[in-house]
Amino acid sequence: MLETQAVDYHAILPELIVSGTILLVIVVDVFLGRDRKWWAMPISLVGTAGALAATLTLIGERRETFDGMFVVDPFAVLFKVFFLGTAIVVLAISLRYFREGRYFQGEYYFLLLTAFLGSLTIASSRDLLMLFISLELVSAPGFLIAAFRKSDPRSNESGLKFFLIGVLSAAVMLYGMSLIYGVTGTTRLDGIAEALAGPAGEGPLPLAAIFMVIVGFGFKVSAVPFQFWAPDTYEGAPVPVAAFLSVASKAAGFAGLLILMFLGFGPLSEFWTPIFFVLSAATMTIGNLLALQQTQVVRLLAYSSIAQAGYMLLPFALVGGSVGNDRAAFAASMLYILIYGVMNLGAFTVVVAIARDAPGVLVSDFAGLSRRAPVLAIGMGVFLVSLGGIPPTAGFWAKFFIFTAAIERGGLGVWLAAIMVVNSVISLYYYLAIAKQMFFAEGEDRPLASPALLTGVAALAMVAVIVLGVYPDLFARFPPGATLVP
Amino acid sequence: MSGWEQSAITIATFLPAAGAMVIAMLPRDRDRFIRGTAVVVTGAALVVAVAMLFSFDFGASGLQFELDVAWISVIGARYHVGIDGISLALFELTFLLTFLCAVYSWKVIPKPGKTKAFLALMLLLETGMAGTFIAFDLVLFFVFWELVLVPMYFLIGIWGSANREYAAIKFFLYTLFGSVFMLLGFLGMFFQSEPHTFDIIRLQEYAAGGGFDRTFQLVAFIGVFLGFAIKVPMWPFHTWLPDAHTEAPTVGSVLLAGILLKMGTYGFIRIALPILPDAAKSWAPWIALLGVIAIVYGALACLAQKDLKRLIAFSSVGHMGFVMLGIATMTPVGINAAIFGMVAHGVITGMLFFEVGSIYDRYHTREIAEIGGGMMLKVPYLAGLFAFTAIASLGLPGLAGFWGEVLALLSAFSPAEGLSIPLYRTLMVFGGIGTILTAGYFLWMLQRVNMGTLPDRWRDEAIVDVSRVEWVAWAPLLVAILLLGVWPRLILGLSEEAVASLLTLVGLG
Repeated sequence: MLETQAVDYHAILPELIVSGTILLVIVVDVFLGRDRKWWAMPISLVGTAGALAATLTLIGERRETFDGMFVVDPFAVLFKVFFLGTAIVVLAISLRYFREGRYFQGEYYFLLLTAFLGSLTIASSRDLLMLFISLELVSAPGFLIAAFRKSDPRSNESGLKFFLIGVLSAAVMLYGMSLIYGVTGTTRLDGIAEALAGPAGEGPLPLAAIFMVIVGFGFKVSAVPFQFWAPDTYEGAPVPVAAFLSVASKAAGFAGLLILMFLGFGPLSEFWTPIFFVLSAATMTIGNLLALQQTQVVRLLAYSSIAQAGYMLLPFALVGGSVGNDRAAFAASMLYILIYGVMNLGAFTVVVAIARDAPGVLVSDFAGLSRRAPVLAIGMGVFLVSLGGIPPTAGFWAKFFIFTAAIERGGLGVWLAAIMVVNSVISLYYYLAIAKQMFFAEGEDRPLASPALLTGVAALAMVAVIVLGVYPDLFARFPPGATLVP
Repeated sequence: MSGWEQSAITIATFLPAAGAMVIAMLPRDRDRFIRGTAVVVTGAALVVAVAMLFSFDFGASGLQFELDVAWISVIGARYHVGIDGISLALFELTFLLTFLCAVYSWKVIPKPGKTKAFLALMLLLETGMAGTFIAFDLVLFFVFWELVLVPMYFLIGIWGSANREYAAIKFFLYTLFGSVFMLLGFLGMFFQSEPHTFDIIRLQEYAAGGGFDRTFQLVAFIGVFLGFAIKVPMWPFHTWLPDAHTEAPTVGSVLLAGILLKMGTYGFIRIALPILPDAAKSWAPWIALLGVIAIVYGALACLAQKDLKRLIAFSSVGHMGFVMLGIATMTPVGINAAIFGMVAHGVITGMLFFEVGSIYDRYHTREIAEIGGGMMLKVPYLAGLFAFTAIASLGLPGLAGFWGEVLALLSAFSPAEGLSIPLYRTLMVFGGIGTILTAGYFLWMLQRVNMGTLPDRWRDEAIVDVSRVEWVAWAPLLVAILLLGVWPRLILGLSEEAVASLLTLVGLG
């Protein structure tokens, strides 16, 4: 007989608040006049802020509910804070874009929040089913909002491509997960790890299953050779949606990957580290080389985010040394994701501001930006330099921790580090190509009217990137506590 | 007193960065005020740096003005700064040259203006340069090292001449390429040391105790070598230099030649040599060879130049070759020669770039053929100073350029134990031939620019001679060239103790 277990409502409070806000947004939308549809954004914002406050009350807690499928630990809290912060930024940069475009605003905010709800539950998932449902909760609304510029065929293509790839990857991943269940007899990750360490871990079947799960995630985080959908999707989608996809959706995929690989598949790391070696090296190199040829900024940032995913994948290839090194690898990947989120959101904020003026957002549209909008230009400069990994910006430390873990691991880790440093040099060529336009080239002289909200968000992100760059200890304190490595 | 000892370096180093922030907030139209602020800030930093000389113990060999506090606790990187006889002269030179650049900028801001950004970037650059010479933690060193890149990229890219964008990106990517490998080398040192540390002093002691095995040293040396060699730049990694120097605005060229290049040679002396002594010894003959190739190649390349600024740029390749030759002998004489050569080159070549910049401002061309000679007749003071500096650069005894070159060659006569004497003596001969070629191209340059009759096109042109601001900005350098020439102990006395103790530490003393 099934026992009814008491649900820990405090543990799921952030999710409950976001769920309530989602319902509120779609109901209120019905009663709003055409000119007031944008009210959905402040409502969403208040709900997100409330969820953030609720998450902050969970700091330092360790709870689990739903029979251990859903846990609250420092890792989950850290990612939830990150996702909710990202949600606030994406909401802020969406307001003008969707209001001026007269898109279906209520539906948009409804879908966006739903996707963020999925990202929140990913961070807490410690069970295959829970993980899969959460991942799809992030992706499914993503298909729709990527196609939200309905009158533009490229946006339709964007959504359709994303949908097809998303469904394909979900199918492959789910098949892999079902095999894992078949082999181990459980969907709980700790149980899976236990079983894989024993006789269940022998033979080709679990290996094939893990391979399929990795391929599924490969699509989600746009790792080469599963990356081809990303540039088309990002380019066609509304710019704030591209920001969401490249930061929140990608970070959600990585959070899931961290949980799965370290908690569930740890005992078979000898099998999957070489896969990540190849994925990482190929993703960063091909992402960077293709980014070199881009003239459209969203596409450029799409390829850049592919390359960045390659860096985040690198620490997975280092697993299997000492426990200390595993922790360092885990922390390096996690820190990279979080820092990447801040700098990439900043860059997209500036792109949103430019897109109001020049919807095509070519690299040449940035010409003379330092005169037209100095704050945005300096901000963008800082984000680009940070994405390239030049000190004293946060991006340098993100790379630094990966290098540290790789060198400590030795052997192939040193080679991966060498590949990565060459890649970071290549990446600066195209990052600086934008900086060159902003600061060296002569552009139009009329000032760029940028809403205070966008300028404010960009300035805030810039300050964060520099402060973390000068005093990284602020950030570096979290990983040791938030590790999932036992 | 102890408060001053602990904070003096930090104040001097970060004063410019703070000044950059202040300048960034000043209103754009207060042009004079902005320029004045830059002069005051760099002047104040110079005053602090000079004041440090009065409480510096010249007899001691260890670190002074030391401060060692926690910075990034998770990785054990610390804010460890200090100064000794090896870095003191370069540290002072940094503040002197930047101050003179600020004075020079009182009059001259290159096209397209934007005074505010220009001076803010210059000040930020100053913090990066000074910081490199005082950092005693590898992570801190690396952060300062890279801090230099971005301001210099913009200085070249915005205020440079025709081919500036190409030169800027080439400078940036080339030096970045080297330094990221250097970072990997640093991380290797961290993990190989026990207990793990980024502290340069502790790493030196650990290496002296034979802590690093040979294989590791040879690999790690390649990493740090790439970083330092590209910055110096050593032949064949020098190709970014002529472009960057030629395209950069005058102030950019002065600081590039005066300070930035020294960061590489300083890195060899401070980090590569003492922390990886076995590898340094194994690679030393190759470094010496590359150094001598640079001397001869630099001189031959100079003979072929038509552009005055490019000629000076290539001359740097040769001069840094002497410095590298000195270091590669791994002897006290050679390393003292290298330190002297670094300071002398900073003063002389900095001055040459000032003069070439001023010639360009007046003639609006840098082509030797277009200037066409006769500068002595048209602008006698400027031509005279140019001749004086060029002759100092070619190594005339009695002027600053002489000691670095002659001591480096002298040290190659008897390199450290275990290094091949025949090879070094052969290299010495080729280095000697290089000095003759150097004299040749400088004299030939002077002949084509200074001497002869004045071409018709300049005859009626109103070209002014050295201006008051230029005199003020240049006088300290001219004095230094003369002073270092007649009184080399000024630098050698400073570095002797520190170099001796450094070499004793690695067993070469």
